[in-house]
Amino acid sequence: MKPAPFTYHRAASIDDAIAHLQGADAIVRPLAGGQSLVPMLNLRLAPADKLVDLSGIHALRQTEERPDCIRYGALTTHAAFEDRLVPDASNGLMPFVGSQIAYRAIRTRGTIGGAVALADPAADWLTTIIALDAEVALVGPNGRRAMAGTDFALGPYMTAIEDAELIEFIAVPLRPAGERWGHYKVARKTGEYADSMAIALIDTARGKARLVLGATDGAPLVLEKSAREIVAGNTGDGLAAVIRQELADSGRDFSPEKLLLHCTTAIRAVANSEKR
Amino acid sequence: MKTSISATVNGKPVQASVEPRTSLADLLREELRLTATHLGCEQGVCGACTVLIDGQPARACIALAVSIDGSDIRTLEGLDQDPLMLTLKAAFHDKHGLQCGFCTPGMLISAWDLLRRKPDLSAAEIRVAISGNLCRCTGYQGIVRSIQSAAQNWASKANLTQEQA
Repeated sequence: MKPAPFTYHRAASIDDAIAHLQGADAIVRPLAGGQSLVPMLNLRLAPADKLVDLSGIHALRQTEERPDCIRYGALTTHAAFEDRLVPDASNGLMPFVGSQIAYRAIRTRGTIGGAVALADPAADWLTTIIALDAEVALVGPNGRRAMAGTDFALGPYMTAIEDAELIEFIAVPLRPAGERWGHYKVARKTGEYADSMAIALIDTARGKARLVLGATDGAPLVLEKSAREIVAGNTGDGLAAVIRQELADSGRDFSPEKLLLHCTTAIRAVANSEKR
Repeated sequence: MKTSISATVNGKPVQASVEPRTSLADLLREELRLTATHLGCEQGVCGACTVLIDGQPARACIALAVSIDGSDIRTLEGLDQDPLMLTLKAAFHDKHGLQCGFCTPGMLISAWDLLRRKPDLSAAEIRVAISGNLCRCTGYQGIVRSIQSAAQNWASKANLTQEQA
């Protein structure tokens, strides 16, 4: 299908983009890599009266290394992570995640900021940045603000982004060198959206662990109780029972099949961390 | 309202006036008559419309023509003298890498990009790498064999050139 007509503005700067995103009753959408938005326009699932193309804004492509974190500009592509064109804060987790999103011809255009802003629960980056304890930096008509990924993601396709606000960068803390990560994703076909995905970050020396489950029907779930059990040395069936219980207590309406699927994914992510 | 864009397509400067909703694929096919770029799903899934934008593979059906202003676009037509593409085409011919041919232009562009980045892949890795290009005829066996064969031929050509140098 072809999209319905819309107007288009190629923003020259962040301020210019915000100015064009503001006002009127029209539906104005920012366009980053377009790898989700344009298919949705083609299918006429996402109405838009006007697109504000961010791709010309140089500032959104910058990566900045700071003493405690790396700030990845919102327009950093999945392929840039895959090809390690940007420095890595995550002991290889982000390059790995970048390398298995959709297909190469999508990864060359799709961006981390666009993916996080869309907040598709089954997509990769939102779960990843929440696992990594990253911050999302926003810029809008009222200035700049930053928040933890967990506060940013409110639900399926729902975020804390307000009218005319943009993601400027994602700040990922430099993960300790001794931390091991494990990732597991269930998808029906290579490159498809996940039916379930989990990321485990385990630092035995520092006695810390983090376990995050994505592709649920809402924002990614941070499984804190299960993480404490991992630190305490619980493994195998014992850990699986804890994860299952924590998921059941999460308030999400998981069917028995989904509960089993998500629990299995989480356990395999933990097991995969042992291999690194 | 139409917008003027200028880009380089297959090495030649192109000026066009496009509606914002026009896809790059439609610009290539309808305006420039470059019909090697096929349109299958028009939602970025099937890979038939894969072209190179600034040297990187991309879906022409979900790239807006208006947004490629100033870019360098290369379609299959623009690689007809390219030695690696000629090697790939010969291998697709030899190893039965196509039947109806609808997916072939996208397959060839994806394979071309793959062999430039990762010339030494196993059959299983090639299968994953071309998973974004759907073929409904071949069952992929011939395509995987074609890409493997092209990789071998390309490597031996590169060795030959090195020895001669």
